[in-house]
Amino acid sequence: MSARAKSPPPRRGPTRIRVGGISTVVLVGAMLLATAVGPVNISVGDVVGTILAHLPFLDFHTATSPVDQAIVWQLRLPRVVLAALVGAMLAAGGTSYQGVLRNSLADPFLLGVAAGAGLGATVAIVTGHGGGIVLPASAFVGAVLAVGLTYLVATSGGGPASGYAILLAGVAIAAMLTAVQTYLQQRHTEEIRQIYNWILGSFSVASWSDVRLVLPYVVVSAVVLLAHRRVLDVLRLGGEESGALGIHPERSRLIIVAAATLGTAAAVSVSGLIGFVGIIVPHAVRLAASTSYRVVLPVSMVCGAAFLVLADLVARTIQAPTELPVGVVTAVTGAPFFLLVLRSRRTRHGVL
Amino acid sequence: MLTLDRVTVRYGASVAVDAVSESAAAGEWVGVIGANGAGKSSLLKAVAHLVPHEGVVGIGSETMSRLSPRRRARLVAYVPQQPELPAGMSVLDYTLLGRTPHIGYFGVESMHDRERSAEVLDRIGLAPLTDRYLSTLSGGEVQRVVLARALAQEAPVLLLDEPTSALDLGRRVDALELVDELRRERALTVLSAMHDLTLAAQFADRLVLLADGRVIASGPPADVLDEEVLSACFGGRVRVLTDDDGQLLVVPQRSRGRIGC
Repeated sequence: MSARAKSPPPRRGPTRIRVGGISTVVLVGAMLLATAVGPVNISVGDVVGTILAHLPFLDFHTATSPVDQAIVWQLRLPRVVLAALVGAMLAAGGTSYQGVLRNSLADPFLLGVAAGAGLGATVAIVTGHGGGIVLPASAFVGAVLAVGLTYLVATSGGGPASGYAILLAGVAIAAMLTAVQTYLQQRHTEEIRQIYNWILGSFSVASWSDVRLVLPYVVVSAVVLLAHRRVLDVLRLGGEESGALGIHPERSRLIIVAAATLGTAAAVSVSGLIGFVGIIVPHAVRLAASTSYRVVLPVSMVCGAAFLVLADLVARTIQAPTELPVGVVTAVTGAPFFLLVLRSRRTRHGVL
Repeated sequence: MLTLDRVTVRYGASVAVDAVSESAAAGEWVGVIGANGAGKSSLLKAVAHLVPHEGVVGIGSETMSRLSPRRRARLVAYVPQQPELPAGMSVLDYTLLGRTPHIGYFGVESMHDRERSAEVLDRIGLAPLTDRYLSTLSGGEVQRVVLARALAQEAPVLLLDEPTSALDLGRRVDALELVDELRRERALTVLSAMHDLTLAAQFADRLVLLADGRVIASGPPADVLDEEVLSACFGGRVRVLTDDDGQLLVVPQRSRGRIGC
């Protein structure tokens, strides 16, 4: 027995590097493909050339026609980049909520983000602010307030809020806000179509200014969440045991929920409510790679980005020139894919 | 050295632990016994600072309530009665969680943390199971893995809440023997809540008998394990016998329905 005393510390790297590498390659491929494909098909070479020509400090000239360059740089790329950012954020938000609440059914909309953003957007639209900055700002504020309210209600009983208390409070707050939103919607039947379009989610009017709007939130949120990747693993032991290991469970939970909410709210405010990404992507990663948040969080972000970029590509090409709501595509393609993953890896030691 | 000074735990209006003052020397094993609801678990949780409590818990020259959670976790390792076993987590990853108090809040394990965890697993005889998932382990193996996580904390005080409740007879003795060896090797102060009074008598240096949160008796097993006191505290007839080797045997007896006399 003691002959093994100097057993080498086991490796954990290879899986993580392989999974991370594959998903990153898939993401870059998806983004190039989505930028190239459309009513006017542009070669991937021209796409890369256009991107390089637009990067600062890089004196690159391309022979691509100005029209194609404009299509790539002004129309498609902002849309693709925005879809990637939103997909990454929804996956990160879902992963974090699942970790903090220790509930595999948690999705990024559960604590009131969706209902709050929906109400915020509806208020903006019915008061005649359907365009410009007011709509996303209002959705963002609605989402953040809703989650804040959920947390307040859950912790108002005194003592630390359990995952269940937060979850139930979230469900109640969401129901209430959705009722108000529905009421407003029925009072303003002429705007129903616009409200509905927003709720279903779309990147059809994406521009670089949208990207600039969400980028800071997504970056800050992602940095905070990624910094907590090990804490998320410790929290899997529950409040008591993680407390005994030197974590302040309530404080860590609050920080993680706040960061996830801020990022998700920003993502939702420019994209509408795109379902399934936040719940399917992290679970697929868990089933395929590892249940450790050190793997699930970063890999889910990359996969979520790739998934939403591809879903948006399908949404705008499958019945062109009209567009499907991207949320419909994520649900229709995501659910069967998820069932497939579930079936093939079902026996893997009770991962779900 | 662990000292408890008038430690009191309240849940609302009810008092679970009532002004318990005790101490344990470095390397000493103190067994906490008592009926269900006597306050054993609450006492351990108070020592680990996991429940709000009054009174003072001191370890060496440190006072637990004045320390950060991280510093506390470097002094006290706590093994709950029913540990949470996350799905899809390997034995090594689980053991590495024990290194948490030695790792910065935003940090990840260093090579050193990994070596220490591998050493602990090796010492406990779990090296062959390093990559196994927790869900594939037997009850006895789970108990050892949880102990490994606690040992990876490298805290001088080890709290065990009913460490053998899920194990069969043979595994119980194995588990307690292991704790005994480890506390001698590492001069660990062990405070454990124990259900099996016979095993408690064999392994603990000292026993503390709780009833309704109060210390009824405290001292060497032979002094604490008194038939009348135990019968009163546990609410049943209890015989305390001595076997040929001088070991104490605590045997519950049927109180009714015995035939003849």
